[in-house]
Amino acid sequence: MFGNCADPGALDGLAWLGCYLTTGKHMSLYGSLGTVLLLLAITAPTALLFGFGGATAARSHVAPLRWFGKTYIAIVRGVPDIAFFLFFVIALDQGFEYIRHHVLCPEWPDTVRQGNDFVVCAQAKLPLGNSPQWVHETYGFLLAVLTFAIVFGAFAGNVLFGAMRAVPRAQLETAEAYGMTRGQVTRRVLIPQMWVYALPGLSNLWMVLIKATPLLFLLGVEDIVYWSRELGGAKQPQFTDYPHPDWRMWYFGALLVFYLCFTKVSEIVMDRLMARLTLGQATAGGEAQRRAGA
Amino acid sequence: MKKLILSTAVAALAAGTAFAQDDSTVRLGTEGAYPPYNFLNDAGEVDGFERALGDELCTRAELTCEWVTNDWDSIIPNLVSGNYDVIIAGMSITDERDEVIDFSDPYTQPDPSAYVALSDGIDLENSVIAAQAGTIQASHVASMEGATLLEFATPDETIAAIKNGEADAALADKAFLEPIATSDAEVTFVGDDVLLGGGIGLGIRESDAELREQFNEAIQSMKDDGSLNTLIEEWLPGSATF
Repeated sequence: MFGNCADPGALDGLAWLGCYLTTGKHMSLYGSLGTVLLLLAITAPTALLFGFGGATAARSHVAPLRWFGKTYIAIVRGVPDIAFFLFFVIALDQGFEYIRHHVLCPEWPDTVRQGNDFVVCAQAKLPLGNSPQWVHETYGFLLAVLTFAIVFGAFAGNVLFGAMRAVPRAQLETAEAYGMTRGQVTRRVLIPQMWVYALPGLSNLWMVLIKATPLLFLLGVEDIVYWSRELGGAKQPQFTDYPHPDWRMWYFGALLVFYLCFTKVSEIVMDRLMARLTLGQATAGGEAQRRAGA
Repeated sequence: MKKLILSTAVAALAAGTAFAQDDSTVRLGTEGAYPPYNFLNDAGEVDGFERALGDELCTRAELTCEWVTNDWDSIIPNLVSGNYDVIIAGMSITDERDEVIDFSDPYTQPDPSAYVALSDGIDLENSVIAAQAGTIQASHVASMEGATLLEFATPDETIAAIKNGEADAALADKAFLEPIATSDAEVTFVGDDVLLGGGIGLGIRESDAELREQFNEAIQSMKDDGSLNTLIEEWLPGSATF
């Protein structure tokens, strides 16, 4: 990056550090920070959507839909995250390829499972074997988003299910007395009111989601923890221009600060949101706000 | 509108099929944490003995290759499920692995493994020995009576373990330990070398016999004209040549 980085052995102090922290490898570390933030930005709303779908299904009057919603929430909440991430993603990927295989090359003579191998025809590969690396990475990233959304969606579904039931029954009855249909009651009264009950649970989930991002590397996405471990490990002079002993403590220390700051900022935002949602609600918090204002 | 979407989908599908009929890229999976065999250089790219070897093999076999890094722990499962086509990660040929995947001809002679520790005079038979999980060294330590095996996900962590006193010694390929022992005054070789494994080969899916043949021919041609020996001398000084 800087012009004088050609011979780092001759540098010392800040100049050395400046060159060291701008190597291609460090750029990958900074880039992976973006990956993690992007993952959170996409996963949180998607998981909320999944959760909303799950909660609505679990409350449905149609029995199969209700069973589906309850089963989804129960199964995903019951399976350990690691097992889910290791098993489910490979299964999901193979499932996609299996379907494409049957659609795209029905005349294929061999079976898909050959001993230990999972072999589909070249056209059915996802992504295609000759796609550039960024396509493979994007595909891996999207699989990760989907898996995170399914896992956290189940937890969010449980929270929202509880929140929907916490909305005072009297309010819904009043709405019904005004002649609103079931759909109108849900849209106009239930959903706007449930957030105040859901937010403590959801903010908890958000915190857990932030901390769960290192699971990304299980899915082959290189995240900040992977790069910190890789960069922090001892480096011998034969293989790098910047030899150093084991520096993982510093890298993980920086990660610690990053995660703490991130969760702190989240807490502040959640508190503000809570204050906003409590306004005028028939809860202890809403009552306290009213008294303070009066 | 529907027609438009449909025809776009058909076009995309057709394009995808057309692409796939071209010569497919061969994806090479490596660990990227095991110098001098494979590691990430300062630019974050795969480098080392196997980078030079893999690129040369692909040129000779007239294949388009692409490098991918993967955790050592899941390197075989990801090969068999088709996420890449070849493992080129300093993987020794053993019977256990051969049951799951196939190997090419070896491209190194059986390389000695060695112990490192902070001081001489360690009773290796009765001590705590660190090794990378899922390696021939780890199974060797597990088979030693009296010694306790301490496994780590990366080879680098085994060295960190002897430095912070968690383990008494670490066992790894000698070619990996050599640069560490020379540049780090604290760490020295102890005990005798042990010969493990049947040389290092490329790991290839059992159903991919054709690809294995192509690579075997390329390896043979590099053995014949001596270019493999040149690479071994350059990257793995002290290792036996062909």
